[in-house]
Amino acid sequence: MLKITNLHATVEGTEILKGINLEVAPGEIHAIMGPNGSGKSTLAQVLAGHDAFTVTEGTVRYENEDLLDMAPEDRARKGVFLAFQYPVEIPGVNSAYFLRTGLNEVRKARGEEEIDAYDFLALIRAKMALVEMDESFLKRSVNEGFSGGEKKRHEVLQMAVLEPRLAILDETDSGLDIDALRVVANGVNQLHTPQNSAIVVTHYQRLLEYIVPDYVHVLMGGRIVRSGGKELALQLEDRGYDWIREETAAAAATTQPAGA
Amino acid sequence: MTEPAATPAPEAALSDTEVLEQFAQRDYKEGFYTDVESDSAPPGLSEETIAFISKKKQEPAWLLEWRLKAYHTWLKMEDPTQRPAPEQWAMVHYPKIDYQAISYFSAPKKVSLDSLDQVDPEILATYNKLGIPLEEQKMLSGVAVDAVFDSVSVATTFKDKLAEVGIIFGSFSDAVKQHPELVRKYLGSVVPTGDNYYAALNSAVFTDGSFVYIPEGVRCPMELSTYFRINAANTGQFERTLIVADKGSYVSYLEGCTAPMRDENQLHAAVVELVALEDAKIKYSTIQNWYPGNKEGVGGIYNFVTKRGACRGDRSKISWTQVETGSAITWKYPSCILQGDDSVGEFYSVAVTSGRQQADTGTKMIHLGRNTKSTVISKGISAMNGQNVYRGAVQMQKRATGSRNFTQCDSMLIGDQCGAHTFPYITVRNPSSTVEHEASTSKIGEDQIFYCNQRGLSTEDAVSMIVNGFCKEVLKELPMEFAVEATKLLGISLEGSVG
Ligand SMILES: Nc1ncnc2c1ncn2[C@@H]1O[C@H](COP(=O)(O)OP(=O)(O)OP(=O)(O)O)[C@@H](O)[C@H]1O
Ligand SMILES: [Mg+2]
Repeated sequence: MLKITNLHATVEGTEILKGINLEVAPGEIHAIMGPNGSGKSTLAQVLAGHDAFTVTEGTVRYENEDLLDMAPEDRARKGVFLAFQYPVEIPGVNSAYFLRTGLNEVRKARGEEEIDAYDFLALIRAKMALVEMDESFLKRSVNEGFSGGEKKRHEVLQMAVLEPRLAILDETDSGLDIDALRVVANGVNQLHTPQNSAIVVTHYQRLLEYIVPDYVHVLMGGRIVRSGGKELALQLEDRGYDWIREETAAAAATTQPAGA
Repeated sequence: MTEPAATPAPEAALSDTEVLEQFAQRDYKEGFYTDVESDSAPPGLSEETIAFISKKKQEPAWLLEWRLKAYHTWLKMEDPTQRPAPEQWAMVHYPKIDYQAISYFSAPKKVSLDSLDQVDPEILATYNKLGIPLEEQKMLSGVAVDAVFDSVSVATTFKDKLAEVGIIFGSFSDAVKQHPELVRKYLGSVVPTGDNYYAALNSAVFTDGSFVYIPEGVRCPMELSTYFRINAANTGQFERTLIVADKGSYVSYLEGCTAPMRDENQLHAAVVELVALEDAKIKYSTIQNWYPGNKEGVGGIYNFVTKRGACRGDRSKISWTQVETGSAITWKYPSCILQGDDSVGEFYSVAVTSGRQQADTGTKMIHLGRNTKSTVISKGISAMNGQNVYRGAVQMQKRATGSRNFTQCDSMLIGDQCGAHTFPYITVRNPSSTVEHEASTSKIGEDQIFYCNQRGLSTEDAVSMIVNGFCKEVLKELPMEFAVEATKLLGISLEGSVG
């Protein structure tokens, strides 16, 4: 469903992604781990189409289409969802209205009828129960004054409402208490079908006890330097990233042609 | 010479600024012209012009005298915007206006206040096109409309129905004939003829506008509304509105305005006077959508307006709500004089400046009575090269003990070529009054737009949603019938500045 080939991206002239290769098949869950500043959020934002980043090389195919060629809203309408590491506040815009507008855009793109306010209320209530959020949040402005954890739950709520084919979660577990962690995991697992996939960016092995990944990748210096099964996450938790850094450097030294 | 950019990132460079810029290229769908036979005064301003207008309107002698007195006052006044820069107080810039090049009267030939059958069908079609049908079978329910076309009122709907409860609503010219004692008593009592340059000019040459009188204890059963349309070229529009709410009465009034697109600037200098007696309440809303000129700043209306309300009686209340999206230049400060004890003044404003538009707007709250209260909520939105100024005066006079003011002034910037400025003028002459002022400036974030995009919203819908969210506290003050229109208009007036 998603095939990233040799993806390079820059921000303000600095190259952040330096040749990412990643393939996600339908139904798979991929975890991405890596030190701070290694490019995980950049990858997530590039996939979602943030125009602060410029793709300088490489391709991304999504459901046999050129993802990079699509406007961000079209990517969203075609089922790409990003749960933001830092969700944005939109003062004065009621959360329920915001969500319903987004959902109707997605539904239109899928060829479905728009949902009216009445049916939407029923739907949103069910989804809010799922993420254990109080209904009073619907009347509040999008993310305004939400606590860190509330913002993250709100992201999961939106994901549950929009039912994406490819969900990208950028550190949705950071800053969450144990209960919230379980809630977020529930949200993801609920969506998980043989067709739907997820890319989960996290620093903590803990989340992966709830959301069991098919693959774990280590992103470092703008490249995926190691991939493995879920046991790789345990290893990272034990040993940190230094050993990978060293092994990668050693490998690079031996394969580097002279003079380069 | 400019150096080549360090990062050849064409898409990224385009997207942020350009995308935002496109946002301000609006379509002005009200910009059409109606070809009607009309009766116009030749350009020029003199005692003869004024006598001509007065005669056309079959006015009594006292009114002609009143006009001439205003004219002589005006002649002695100095055009405030032609002063050398340091003495100029309003932050608006425009070339000197040639007052002799303007025509001060233009009226379609075929109009009749008695029957729509005698009104030029082109005019009726114009109002239909603007979404304000005047024919009985199509009239907007719950809203009585006075339609002013250039210098005259062409029709007033629901007039008879309102007369049943004693409400007088119709053209100003008509009121001069039918209710001269009321007009004479209140005309110029809130905005004196020599109040300022444009008010003096208006007093000399005003043509038409609406007159409203709500009798004691009557709650007006429907929204009253005046729709101003400038059609003729090279004509100024100088309308005069007077609303008197007698003891314990209530009225909600709304004005809307549009004009054809032209490369020449046109002058609109109106005066609005409101009088609220004991326990009376007046709610005055404006949706101002005059032609703003094109992106380069060619054409558009100069909107120089004096609006003031007097809360004469105890416990009276005047509330101004304005959504200002049009005009090349807007210069207006709807104000409240809080004379009665416990009287209340409110000002809710959204002003959008895009393209090369300039707005210098705000309010004056003059507290004279005891325990008076005023609230000011101003939202300025600037896009492209738009310049938005909030200028607000709050005065607590000696007798106004125990009075309170709260002012909140928020500015939103779209792109980085525009500007927002806030000038509060606060005077407190008694120790028991409080004045609070809050101000904020925010930039519409690329991140906010991207967040909305990521949920499936187009950029235009996103901006419209963000802007409407920003203006929410003001929009909720509009009568329901017009809130939807204002929301749409905000979207349209910023259309194209984010693509
Ligand atoms: N807009 C920007 N301008 C300049 N540098 C940026 C910008 N966005 C990201 N970067 C830089 O790109 C690098 C990668 O950032 P990114 O947010 O992708 O890291 P991350 O792997 O998500 O880190 P974390 O684990 O801390 O969230 C960092 O060095 C960051 O400072
Ligand atoms: Mg990150």
